[in-house]
Amino acid sequence: MTSRVPGSPPAREDEELPDRDDAPEDTATATGVTTDSPAGTVVAAAAGGSIAHAGLWSDVWRRLRRDPKFLFGIVVVAVLTVMALVPQLFTRVDPRYCLLERSRQPPSAEAWFGYDVQGCDYYANVIYGARVSISIGLLVVGGSLLVGLVLGALAGYRGGAADTLIARFADIVYGLPLILGAIIILYRFEQRGVPQVALALLVLTWMTPMRLVRSSVVAIREADYVQAARALGASNWRVVTRHILPNSLAPVLVYATISVGAIIAAEATLSFLGVGLRLPAISWGLMIGTAQNYLRTSLHLLIFPGIFLSLTVLAFISLGDALRDALDPRLR
Amino acid sequence: MSVSSPPPVRRGDTSVGGRLDDGQPVAGDHLLEVDHLSVEFRTDTGTVHAVRDVSWHLDEGETLAVLGESGSGKSVSAQAVMGILESPPARVTSGAIRFRGTDLLTLPKDEQRKVRGAQIAMVFQDALSALNPVFTVGAQIAEMFRVHRGSSKKEGLAAAAELMERVRIPGARQRVHDYPHHFSGGMRQRVMIAMALALDPAVIIADEPTTALDVTVQAQIMDLLQELQREKGMGIVLITHDLGVVAEIADRVAVMYAGSIVETGAIQNVFAWPAHPYTVGLMNSVPRVDQVGGRLSPIRGSPPSLSRIPAGCAFHPRCPRAEPVCAAEAPALREVAAGRRSACHFAEDVLDV
Amino acid sequence: MSEPLLRVCGLVKHFPIRYGIRRKVVGHIRAVDGVDLELWPRETVGLVGESGCGKSTVTKVLLALEQPTAGQVLYRGEDVFALPAKELRRLRRKIQIIFQDPYTSLNPRMTVGDIVGEAFEIHPEVEPRAGRGRAVRELLERVGLDPGAVNRYPHQFSGGQRQRIGIARALALRPEIVVCDEPVSALDVSVQAQVVNLLEDLQAEFGLSYLFIAHDLSVVRHISDRVSVMYLGRIIETGTNADVYERPAHPYTQALLSAVPSTDPALRGRKQRIVLEGDLPSPADPPSGCHFRTRCWKAQDVCVAEYPALVDRGQGHPSACHFAAAVDIVHGEVASPG
Repeated sequence: MTSRVPGSPPAREDEELPDRDDAPEDTATATGVTTDSPAGTVVAAAAGGSIAHAGLWSDVWRRLRRDPKFLFGIVVVAVLTVMALVPQLFTRVDPRYCLLERSRQPPSAEAWFGYDVQGCDYYANVIYGARVSISIGLLVVGGSLLVGLVLGALAGYRGGAADTLIARFADIVYGLPLILGAIIILYRFEQRGVPQVALALLVLTWMTPMRLVRSSVVAIREADYVQAARALGASNWRVVTRHILPNSLAPVLVYATISVGAIIAAEATLSFLGVGLRLPAISWGLMIGTAQNYLRTSLHLLIFPGIFLSLTVLAFISLGDALRDALDPRLR
Repeated sequence: MSVSSPPPVRRGDTSVGGRLDDGQPVAGDHLLEVDHLSVEFRTDTGTVHAVRDVSWHLDEGETLAVLGESGSGKSVSAQAVMGILESPPARVTSGAIRFRGTDLLTLPKDEQRKVRGAQIAMVFQDALSALNPVFTVGAQIAEMFRVHRGSSKKEGLAAAAELMERVRIPGARQRVHDYPHHFSGGMRQRVMIAMALALDPAVIIADEPTTALDVTVQAQIMDLLQELQREKGMGIVLITHDLGVVAEIADRVAVMYAGSIVETGAIQNVFAWPAHPYTVGLMNSVPRVDQVGGRLSPIRGSPPSLSRIPAGCAFHPRCPRAEPVCAAEAPALREVAAGRRSACHFAEDVLDV
Repeated sequence: MSEPLLRVCGLVKHFPIRYGIRRKVVGHIRAVDGVDLELWPRETVGLVGESGCGKSTVTKVLLALEQPTAGQVLYRGEDVFALPAKELRRLRRKIQIIFQDPYTSLNPRMTVGDIVGEAFEIHPEVEPRAGRGRAVRELLERVGLDPGAVNRYPHQFSGGQRQRIGIARALALRPEIVVCDEPVSALDVSVQAQVVNLLEDLQAEFGLSYLFIAHDLSVVRHISDRVSVMYLGRIIETGTNADVYERPAHPYTQALLSAVPSTDPALRGRKQRIVLEGDLPSPADPPSGCHFRTRCWKAQDVCVAEYPALVDRGQGHPSACHFAAAVDIVHGEVASPG
């Protein structure tokens, strides 16, 4: 460090002054100011989001913290996750303890959401329903992320035959509509529990993460820092896992977050249609499906799981939206 | 570096309508004048003072170079003149931009638009991003005529072809129908110059027009600009960090550092006898193609972030002559010799070295 | 020493142009079309040329990041591309690279310490794990950075500082040869000088050889011992620094030198001006015979028919022109080419 304190070595001509935390180029790119760094800013801007201004997760976090969409989403998701893990915190009642004489009673002081057709406490059922939704959502999205990462990296990095094969295969599967495809797959299964439904949805949704990862990989593959690693002698494995993938994650993450909501809705739809989970599983979709026969008499049967489902989907979409804004290098 | 004090030097070139001094205000208005302009950016991380009390002016037929490195604010001041700053987050906090005496900042938006584009045109660094890739170059140039002069499409295209010929694009009549990506870098830059010339502007602001180009292409473009200037007598504001380009083509120079002007003067004077330590440092740190060996004398440290400009003289942390007064008090831009201005407490010493 | 550190013989790199569903090869981009180079210990060879001349492709092949279409790269006499993978990995310790753009040459998600230290992770035999942290800090200090930078990220540094990080990374394995691919072009003028001085100091201290690739002729003049000039995939002139800068024999070299603007305003209008017409021809379809003939004011029929070999034609250093004649452009007053 430079200083003019007597006794310290004289400042060398090229010695750096105390490092600044905000390099001028960085602040400038963040504001969109065209600072005139020769060639640098132009190249940086042209290189696209993930290379030029790969906001570190700490920067991203800072932005997220202030975004009301994020706050809404994270709070709801956190509550739901707790609900899924420890439903006992929310209700002491056993959702399967049902008395037929209470069938379809409307909400009251003892039973906040009333009772369902079998006479089970509806509030307890709705709470326990969170478990199914969250687990299917996370299982499917997590799984498709994993598959997408592996196949996308393979296709993007290797190119050639592997790329063509994977891409064409993805194109074929893209042709199948989600719900219809899921119905066809699930029809084959005897048992239809969470794993089977999750698998069916996974098989139909891995393509988009794969494509997103693939295009990121193709872009980053040519970056200087990747060439530098290869010049050092890094193995392909190292190059992909340490350099390419970490910089490819941003767009996939946004998609993944938003799609959790979509998957949860898809499961509900399948169960509603009768081709997803079956009784005695507890799922919002199943509840809504049953409720449709009693629309006129017992509206509460539809409203409560409906609200919870909508809120959940909305929360995930908000989260994904906020994440996308936080990762966007330009100021609003 | 010569030992005697600098005499007023006649430019050795043949441009039309040159001036002998650094353009002290004379009777009558300057063609383009930036008067105590300040521009700020409000960001997440603080306020960025991109342009701080900057004044320069341009008269007809002359070329003013605004010389500075990254973070000097030179591009922002030009963008302010052209009115293409994004506000928010940019704000012009003070000053005036006068074209032929009229302050553009006080005009209503549509009046401003009439001046900018028609009377003041801009040439950017990166033609590929400045030109719209989905329209042919002919259509883009023709648009200038259609919008400002009400010409028909056919007239516009004819005028575009003529302009492209004027800027020496071979096969101009056919290439009018080509898209920007069909041209090489140098040719694209000529297209941009053609677009800028379309409405016979009085002023062209060229923001790093040759930075992205190879040196032989750069020479062609600079020649073209000078030729066009001789022919039409327009003023050119050349924004650049390249000392060689400035030396070749400019009449006067304004050196910028950390958002403010540190030195102005006629080009020969400033380069041969700089009056500010920053200019001295710049001249010493540049290798020359006609001299070999020796060691370069760089300026220590790096340019400051515009959101954390050092107190007093912005250059003092890097200045080999810095004294305590430099950290305490910001030096004003004052006249230190005939036609020369410098913002340094010790400018006379620098000049006499 | 009788063998140069690095010798490139007849290097050719063509990129196929594919068309259609069956990806049929319809032509080639002849990026590098026969290049010879030599690099001896402790010397700096400058490779100059404008965009499209193929110098970036040359660097990629030298770093064994691309396979040559033809020709050889010999390190101490050994053919680099004939080596088994393990030997090639070991060879990588000897040849390293510094990139042009400080904004894209460092992984934005790795700390500076990790970036510089990655070399040791890939080649654990160079430095035992215990000493790596210290080695990284020493490297950072040596390039003029605060060793505390190990835990920071690239975006917290300025362009010049990032370039120093890149230099530290290149030096980690104590290479013999460093390929500098436009290392200062993207930096501010005042910072360029710092980095150039640093490179010179490091060369003296570690006995490095540099292949310095740039389009900025002034910087190349300053730092190089020998210079080669490239045009459209071929070397058209080569010689010592003084040979090429003071006695350029090839018209393209002369045009290049005359295009460099002088920083002395007093010289304005006094230097000989050669302004080239036209554009660079496409590397997919270069002109027959001499590649430069379409823009050369000396071109004759022989230039169309016959490719001029890179040999000494009486000026004391090789040039590839049938009508080579030395002219001092950079110092000259208005003079006619000899």
